[in-house]
Amino acid sequence: MKKLILTLGLLAGMASTAVSAAGGAELPYKADIDQTDKASLQRGAKLFMNYCLGCHQMQFQRYERTFNDLGIPLEVGMENLVFTKDTKVGEHIKNAMPKEDAAKWFGAAPPDLTLEARLRGPDWIYSYLKSFYVDPSRPFGVNNTVFKDVGMPHVLQELQGVPEKVYEERMIDGEMVQEFVGIQSDGSGELSEDEYDRAMLDLTNFMVYIGEPMILERESIGWKALIYCFIFWIFAVLLKKEYWRDIKK
Amino acid sequence: MSNAPVDNSRRRFLTVATSVIGGAGAVAAAVPFIASWNPSARAKSAGAPVEVDITKIEPGQLIRVEWRSKPVWVIYRTPEMLKTIEDISADNLKDANSEVEQQPAYAQNLHRSKRREIFVAVGICTHLGCSPTYMSEGYEEVVEGVNAGFYCPCHGSKFDMAGRVFSGVPAGANLQVPPHYYIDDNNILIGEDQEGAA
Amino acid sequence: MFKNLVDWIDARIPMTRVYNMHMAQYPAPKNMNFWYVFGFLATIVLVNQIVTGIWLTMSYEPSAAGAFASVEYIMRDVEYGWIIRYMHSTGASAFFVVVYLHMFRGMMYGSYQKPRELLWLFGMFIYLALMAEAFMGYLLPWGQMSYWGAQVIIGLFGTIPVIGEDLALWIRGDYVVSGATLNRFFALHVIALPLIIVILVFLHIVALHEVGSNNPDGVDVKRPKGSLSDDEKTKFEFHEYYTSKKDLLDDVVPFFPHMVLKDLMAFGVFIFFFCYVMFFNPDMYGKFIEHPNFEMANNLKTPEHVFPVWYFTPFYAILKAVPNPFGGVVAMFGAIIMLALLPWIDRGKVRSWRYRCGLHKWNLIIFAIVFVILGYLGGTPGTPFKEMISKVFTVMYFGFFVLLWLYSKNEKTKPLPERITK
Repeated sequence: MKKLILTLGLLAGMASTAVSAAGGAELPYKADIDQTDKASLQRGAKLFMNYCLGCHQMQFQRYERTFNDLGIPLEVGMENLVFTKDTKVGEHIKNAMPKEDAAKWFGAAPPDLTLEARLRGPDWIYSYLKSFYVDPSRPFGVNNTVFKDVGMPHVLQELQGVPEKVYEERMIDGEMVQEFVGIQSDGSGELSEDEYDRAMLDLTNFMVYIGEPMILERESIGWKALIYCFIFWIFAVLLKKEYWRDIKK
Repeated sequence: MSNAPVDNSRRRFLTVATSVIGGAGAVAAAVPFIASWNPSARAKSAGAPVEVDITKIEPGQLIRVEWRSKPVWVIYRTPEMLKTIEDISADNLKDANSEVEQQPAYAQNLHRSKRREIFVAVGICTHLGCSPTYMSEGYEEVVEGVNAGFYCPCHGSKFDMAGRVFSGVPAGANLQVPPHYYIDDNNILIGEDQEGAA
Repeated sequence: MFKNLVDWIDARIPMTRVYNMHMAQYPAPKNMNFWYVFGFLATIVLVNQIVTGIWLTMSYEPSAAGAFASVEYIMRDVEYGWIIRYMHSTGASAFFVVVYLHMFRGMMYGSYQKPRELLWLFGMFIYLALMAEAFMGYLLPWGQMSYWGAQVIIGLFGTIPVIGEDLALWIRGDYVVSGATLNRFFALHVIALPLIIVILVFLHIVALHEVGSNNPDGVDVKRPKGSLSDDEKTKFEFHEYYTSKKDLLDDVVPFFPHMVLKDLMAFGVFIFFFCYVMFFNPDMYGKFIEHPNFEMANNLKTPEHVFPVWYFTPFYAILKAVPNPFGGVVAMFGAIIMLALLPWIDRGKVRSWRYRCGLHKWNLIIFAIVFVILGYLGGTPGTPFKEMISKVFTVMYFGFFVLLWLYSKNEKTKPLPERITK
């Protein structure tokens, strides 16, 4: 029995080390998000509906579910967060942009973002949102350090301001080298740097929620299930021992 | 020595306890499987209340709207139609006073409606679920002395302009009146009582 | 009342007899250790897959246009649909975890040796059917990994000389993996293969009960009829089917309740880990549900890296290690066939590794390590170094069988105990 627990535990451990060893490219930022923070999720939803939904749909999730989970009264949500005409609260989160036009404008249709957080992970999304920088060689005048040659404009520029790459002169091996140290906004945006970070965290939080809207329920049921399994196991062990008492070793 | 368990109170207790715990777990595990047969959130949402503009309905006209995938009729009854409702003798009807709960309390009146003229009903025969035909004229051939009503083509059940079932037909109950209320003078919301969800 | 009902049924079908023969009066060696629970656990997982699978088909839409969205519909709109879906996706991986451990048990204790060759072969057929089942099931969510994984694996058939291209086309029913492929895979995944697996599992158990369970010592618990004194004989009552042919040593316990309780205890541990994955880590760091699969299949865009799911990766590594594509396919299937041929490759007379030579023990441990490392190599992006060691480990994989064949003929074994030890 100890061996069984050990074996299964070992396998789980092996799997996770193998995975972390095979982890992808380093990301500049970590998204410290909290799925229980309803206010953050609501702010994130507002940002998404205002800035992203014009191009990116969340076509697998319905408004109603979203508003209910985020604690937004349906009427309030319909008035403030739904911008397409004749949309009912039970409909999926879609925009009015025809796919063919989108492909023409951007080279490829903007991807659906329902599952983006599960596809790329919260850290990636947070880093991506913070990694736009001015690059005049690109069609939209911006590029991204996390997503090279990204095909979308920096929609949040009015919030962040104009982000520029910052270099520092450093001595490396006796040579002066221009080293990339980060991205700095010129301060022309509506938000300060901290506020922008906060907002991007909210947006990331919201996208994680949309990726798996049952995440909190899942974990709360999970704890009960684990406790149950443990109790069941105790009784199974006692019963087994009781029956095996008479068997000579 | 047989394989039957030794009679031993500890053994019996543990067997029962483990069985009970295991059984409880099995029941809990069955919950998702049973619950998943309920209407999904999407289906429930599609079954949400429907708003109907009644200003466009002409006297004598019937319009159909879909609520929970069922046909719901909204009819503007003419004065003549209203009169026949009042004139029909209770003997010809199975449930003249709408005593069977086929309507919300606010429609348990002679005209089975909130407003005298406007009749809202689920257009499904209470016999086996066909949708009866609306006959705004020529109904005398179906029921003598009644100028308009409903006739079910499947098994010949007959209803008057208040959806009350006539005697001597297969259907046993009056047509169902769905929960509904007037949002304002011109609009009805079908599927919800005034106080909240139906 | 109850007895009357049982009598009534027994007069018509052999209910009590079958129950006694295969449950209450089936003799199981009492020294069966924790390695012996994985067959039971595999059965549990099989039931789980069938039941959750049936429920998933109730809301799943087998079409290229609707499949991906219908999975999200199950996850979001069907009441507790996500539990059912995660039970199925976690169950798929759990199935292979327990089956691999079950197979390794068979190798450690020589459970494939005479007279259990057919039992082992049925097991291998189950394993093959299970791989086909898992492969086809993985296409159904119609994500990017579903799609490109299927594209690559079906492409393997294309490497077969002469008929390959036509064969791949025939399997797909289109020039690329498409809705036609999805629909036929759906049909096979939900009806044909489960049926085959259930029948094979039945045969596997029939074969097991005919020859009896092996045990960690690999020594028989049955003796020729009439050779045992009453003292040495088992005190339990077993079915005459077993006692009429042989005498049973006092080393066996009835399958029910003794073995079942042991299995139940193991089940408690197993379900704990299962629930942990299902409720806290359903995609298991992208191993049980690969992250690119959260993007809908797109026949114009291949994900950066395409890997099969973890349980195929050891064989995938072998495939890639061979430079010639068709050679790779042959090596891959060869790797599985070698396992199936174990009863004949191993010429030893002693079953359990406890009493076999030290070389055998190490050969087996290294084989297990090689298998795990091949799995790692086949499931991560390749580098020149990894490609090189993939070749080495592929050779080592086959080396296990060659070595076994060589040393098992005149192996220096330890003396077997008279009866089973603890």
